[in-house]
Formats: sequence, structure tokens, C-alpha cells
Amino acid sequence: MAAPLGSPVRTLRAVFRELRHVNGASGLPYRDTAAYRYIREQFHRNRVTGEKLCRAQHELHFQAATYLCLLRSVREHLALHQEYHSKGERSPEDVAGLVGLKLPQQPGGKGWEQ
Amino acid sequence: MLRCFSRFYRAASSTGLRAYTPAVERKKFYQNVSISQGEGGFEINLDRKKLKTPQGKLFTVPSEPLAIAVATEWDSQRDSIKSYTMHLTTLCNTALDNPTQRNKEQFIRAALKFLDTDTVCYRVEEPPGLVELQTNEWDPVINWAEKRYDVSIGSSTSIMGPHIPAETKEAFMKHLASYNMWALLGLEYIIVQLKSMVLTMGLVDRYLTVERAVLLSRLEEEYQIQRWGKVEWAHDYDLQELRSRTAAGTLFVHFCSESSTVKHKLLQN
Repeated sequence: MAAPLGSPVRTLRAVFRELRHVNGASGLPYRDTAAYRYIREQFHRNRVTGEKLCRAQHELHFQAATYLCLLRSVREHLALHQEYHSKGERSPEDVAGLVGLKLPQQPGGKGWEQ
Repeated sequence: MLRCFSRFYRAASSTGLRAYTPAVERKKFYQNVSISQGEGGFEINLDRKKLKTPQGKLFTVPSEPLAIAVATEWDSQRDSIKSYTMHLTTLCNTALDNPTQRNKEQFIRAALKFLDTDTVCYRVEEPPGLVELQTNEWDPVINWAEKRYDVSIGSSTSIMGPHIPAETKEAFMKHLASYNMWALLGLEYIIVQLKSMVLTMGLVDRYLTVERAVLLSRLEEEYQIQRWGKVEWAHDYDLQELRSRTAAGTLFVHFCSESSTVKHKLLQN
């Protein structure tokens, strides 16, 4: 029994999309990266070997899907980290804003009563 | 030592740093990342310098796809090096340095310890919705593992957890012994993330996808989220972190276990 993975072409495209995103950092076209070339070659090699090796095909597809999950979740985790956790402690106003509240306004500023 | 600590403490208190303040990130000090093949395996080069482990050993990995994935991690860093996003590099460093100085047997025992308190074996008696969810989602995985490894695992609602027969542990011990040190490190890493040996084996045997294994591991949390709502800076943050760590561990095990390399070679002929 093997985990259902959907279409290999879709997985492959999604991996390349993530690689393109990742590669924005170095400026190199993503098609020149080792990761792109390796994955392409593996998939190509598996396609020509046909149905006899469908077990190996599933293994390769599983690996690609796992790599896709890694790239995607690292990207999303980093985005959440930068949004919420990277700047240290928040001010009371920011914290209140996070849950949709506002701190009460005092007309003369803090301590105006005295 | 004490002086050093107090200096650190003073520095921290004067800048108002607290426990949750993120560690200072190193600036990115290289432009190009490349891979080269050395005697011990594949090495990573940052510009002209070879990558080293935290203990100063040469960073060298046994498998090419692993080296490529590690290189991609270094390549994807922008202005500063965010080591908390580089799970594969971290795993390789741990395997190379082995900072806790453990041997194979200790790795296996550490992994097996989780079987006694396996997430999917602990069941609740209420609320009924969650009981049903656990039965529907976890039972098939336990059944799969029992069949696949020819063992009995079972589940329990008792606070003491299920009783795992000695034969089951024996069988898993034998199975784990067939992995090498690197793969075992990866396996233990996933088990610690998912808090479940059964789910980890399902993942490594390609019966579950990472997304599914993570969902099953967080089943109760997902149930509570459906009921009470979700906040992205806690729930989504945890989910993405758990997914990324689990995916990294799974890739690491697959890249490092010999069986997959053997299959690759067969394929090439």
C-alpha cells in the first residue's frame, strides 16, 4: 500500500515553482541550479524506463512530494516568523491590535487626571 | 565563566532582550555555493571555502541528492544566514559531530522509547467527536503497522497507555538495526517531532505523506482548532515548523539509507 500522491507532473511543476522562488536570492536562473538539473534528470530517467519500475517511480514521486513539502513549509514558516516573531517583544498597542482590540484613548494623554 | 555570563546578562538587560528575542543572525558571507566530490563523500563549497561543521570537521555527506539539497539551503539564504530554516544542514551537522556521543544501540533505544507512549495509541473517552475522529483516522494506521511488521500494537484509553508486548519491541528493534547511523538519527528526529513511532514508520515506508502524518500527529489540536478557531502566529506557525522538520527528516532517512542507493544503481543499468 502506498500513499496517494496525485499527478507527478503537478508535483514536479510545484517543486520547480518553489525552486524558482528560493533562487531569487542568488540571481542565477533557477534552471542552472544543481537541484533543478538533478530532479529533472531523475524524472526523465524514470519516465523512459516505463511501467516495469512503477515501484521506483512511486519512490521518486514520494521523494519529490516530500521535498516540495519541505520547500513550501520552510517558506511559509519563515514568512510567519518574520511577521510575528522576528522583531522581539511587541508593544501593548501592537498586541491589542493582533486580537482586534484597541487600547483606550485618554484625551489628555497618559496621567492627564493629575 | 561567571564573569562572562554576568557580562552577557548585563548586555542583555541593557538592550532589553528577553528570552523570546531571536538570536543574532550571521551575515551572509559568500556568493556562490557549489558541490564537490571528495574522498569521504560530497562536500559543500561556499565561494572557495569548504563548509565545516560547528565542531570544525569537514562537512561531507554520503549521498549526492542530500548534498544538493543542503547546497540549495545555503543558496537560498538572502542577507543573513537563518539557520532555523536549514533543517537538512542541521541534521548533517548532528550526524557528523554526534554531539551527544551516542552509539547505534543508544539511538535505537531512544527511538523505541516512544513506542510506549505513542501518540496514536493514546485515546480519549470524550468528547464523542474526538473519540470518533481518533478511531477513524488512527486505527487504519495502527492496522497497517501491525500487518506490515507482523506485530500487535493496540490502543488504550488508560492514563498508563497501551501495553506493548515485548515481541513487538523486539521486532522493531531488529528492524531499526538494519538502518545505518545517519538514517537512525533521521528516524529518531522524526519520531521526536511527531511523538509517534507508528506514524514515523508509516512515513518512512511511504504509506503516509508528510502532510498526512503531521495532520495525524496533531489530530487533537486540529479538532480543537475547528471548534475554537485558529490563530496563525501560533497554530499555523507550529504546523509549518512541524511539517518542515518532518519533511527534512524523511528526506534525510531516504537519502541516507542504503536500500534506496542500491535501487538507484539498479535503475541505471
